[in-house]
Parts: sequence; C-alpha cells; structure tokens
Amino acid sequence: MAREVKLYTTPTCPYCKMAKKFLEDNGIKYQEFNIAEDKAAREELKKCGSLAVPTICFEGETLVGFNEAELKQKLGLK
Amino acid sequence: MYDLIIIGGGPAGMTAAVYAARKKINTLLISYDIGGQGLTSWLVENYMGYQFIGGRELMQKFEEQLNQFPTSVKVEEGKMVEKLSKVDGGFEVKTHDGETYQARAIVLATGKSPRKLGVPGENELLGRGVTYCAICDGPVFADLNVAVIGGGNSALEAANDMVKIARHVYLISLVALTADEILIDRIKNAGNATILLEHEVLEIKGTNRVEGIRIRELKSKQEKELAVDGVFIEIGLIPNSGLLKELVAPNRLGEIQVNCASETGMPGIFGAGDVTSVPDKQIVIAAGEGAKAALQAHRYLQRLRN
Repeated sequence: MAREVKLYTTPTCPYCKMAKKFLEDNGIKYQEFNIAEDKAAREELKKCGSLAVPTICFEGETLVGFNEAELKQKLGLK
Repeated sequence: MYDLIIIGGGPAGMTAAVYAARKKINTLLISYDIGGQGLTSWLVENYMGYQFIGGRELMQKFEEQLNQFPTSVKVEEGKMVEKLSKVDGGFEVKTHDGETYQARAIVLATGKSPRKLGVPGENELLGRGVTYCAICDGPVFADLNVAVIGGGNSALEAANDMVKIARHVYLISLVALTADEILIDRIKNAGNATILLEHEVLEIKGTNRVEGIRIRELKSKQEKELAVDGVFIEIGLIPNSGLLKELVAPNRLGEIQVNCASETGMPGIFGAGDVTSVPDKQIVIAAGEGAKAALQAHRYLQRLRN
C-alpha cells in the first residue's frame, strides 16, 4: 500500500539532504515541502508539533530530525 | 583487517582518505555524516581557491574527490562509532549497530559537537523551538520572536541571519561579545534586535513548544521572562574526543593532544582536525591536518612492515 510521506525541508539544511537521499535510496516516494518558501507548509509543520527540519510525517507519525535507525524502524525497513 | 580506519567524514577525515588512497592504503572511512561541521557553514570565504562557496557545496566537492578512489577507500556512512580499543596487531572499532572493524592504524577526525546550556527545557523542547542548527531551522521561525544564546562568531552569524527572517531577535550573552567587530556592528544596526549582555539563561519554558525563556542579569540578579518561539543555542563546541579517553587522556580543553606529526601518544593512532589540540578550527586547517595524519599513518604502516 502506498503511504503518504511528507518531508519538510529548508534548502540550506544538510540533514534534509541526507533524509532525501535515504528516502530515495530506499525507494520511498515522498512529497517535499520547502518551508523557507512555502508559508502554508510552515504552518502545517507547526501543527505537527515540530519547529525543526527535516521533519517527516506519515500515518500520524512525526519524526523530527534525521535519525536513520528510527526512520528504518518506523518505515518497516531492514 | 584494514590498514587504516579513519573515523570522521568532515574536512579532516575526507582529506586524510584522499591522501591514504593515493598511497594505496587499504582504508575504511566511518562517519555518521559526510561533510561534518563543514555542512553547517553558510558561507566559506577563506578556503583557498574559492572566493566564496557554501559549506555544503564545498563538502560536496570534497566528497566527489573522495569518490574518485572507490577501490582504496571504503566508506561506511550513517554509522556512529561507539568504542575504540586495542587488539592484537592493531585496533578495533565498534559501531552503534554492533558491527566491528579492525585496522593496523587509526586516524581520529571526529570534530566537535555543539555545547549545551544545561538548563531545564533544553532537551525536552529540542526540535520544538530549541535548535543548535541555525542554518537548518532558521526559516521555520519566520515572523516569530527568537532568542540567540551566545556571544561568539557563531551566535552573531545566527543572530544576523535571523534578523532578516524573524520578527525580533534577542541576543543573550553571559559575557561581552567576542565576535568579529563587523558582525557586532551589523546586529547593532539591525533595528529588530535587542542585545542583552551579562545575562544567564535559567530555563527554557513551554509545554509542547517553546513559549519563552527565563533569564537573569548577573549583577542585579534580576530575573525576567522573554516571550520567544525559538531558542538558538550557539555557545561553542566541545571536542568529540570520548573514543580515545580510555587509551589516552584528553588535554585540559577535552581535545586530543597531538604533536606536529599528528601523533596522539598511542602509537598507531593519529589525530586530525577540530577534535585535536591544533589551535584554530578552520576548514583549511582541518584539511591540511587530515593530509598530515594520513601521511604519518602511511609512514607508521611502512615501519610495521619492515
């Protein structure tokens, strides 16, 4: 089942680049929101309870920061 | 067993890896990230060959150069090294996932990490308004009020970037500002910044996100609360020297003490970059020290063979 993965980023954030690479390497489709430009996305991010990037939201989960081990576990990857 | 394990993938570690590769040393580079602290510089204006270049872009160029040598250097990215110990014929490195790797020689280039304030609310509200990465999270605080803690160059750079993004910036420093004059002038003229010197932070307040900070003026002992949505902590860095602690004691500043030949006091372990006692933490210096450490490791390995 395809799940909706949202990735909130800023263009200057190195950990966002790492998160993107991780998702791409693992074949996970995601929608990226650049909160430096996209005001609506910035508000959405705050509603998730996060004030940091990268934040990854899917199925009610909010993962703040890039933590590969945690991401793998939550996304059910080996 | 590898000939050499380089721990750390910042400017020092990557340069060491390129030098090791050119000597055809069988090398493993282990790092949580590729780029290290180089990734968190907005703009680098003093790396020779580039009048100005973004930190991230410069690190990409380092990585491209490193990738020219895939046969000599294996790279393990995304791994945290937890333990370094001495074994028969060399050293063993254990990573967070339980894997172990062995090598005859080690280059430690583990850099530095942000120093924490150590006040209530700091850990609890991390990612919820508390940040150590201004370059990452700055835009999140558009049109909000923020506090930047610290008085050095990193703090002033963060404050000067945030006055363009945030509604109001409070710059709070325990001591007089130590940053470059040009940065101090810039924040004084910003118009939407308040500078509070000789103030200490007592608490970061908020339940689900940062709502304010409680500070105290050192002389008068007077406390006050500022309503802010973000707290940028820029109070310096601490060396990531813990791995070597059991083998060689760090210096007074917690750094790995090295001599001019990058030697640490434990034969076979070399140090490079910001984690070491070499004065001045700069990308150009770290890169040079990485080169030195790899060449010294090469000589050490040759001596082992003879």
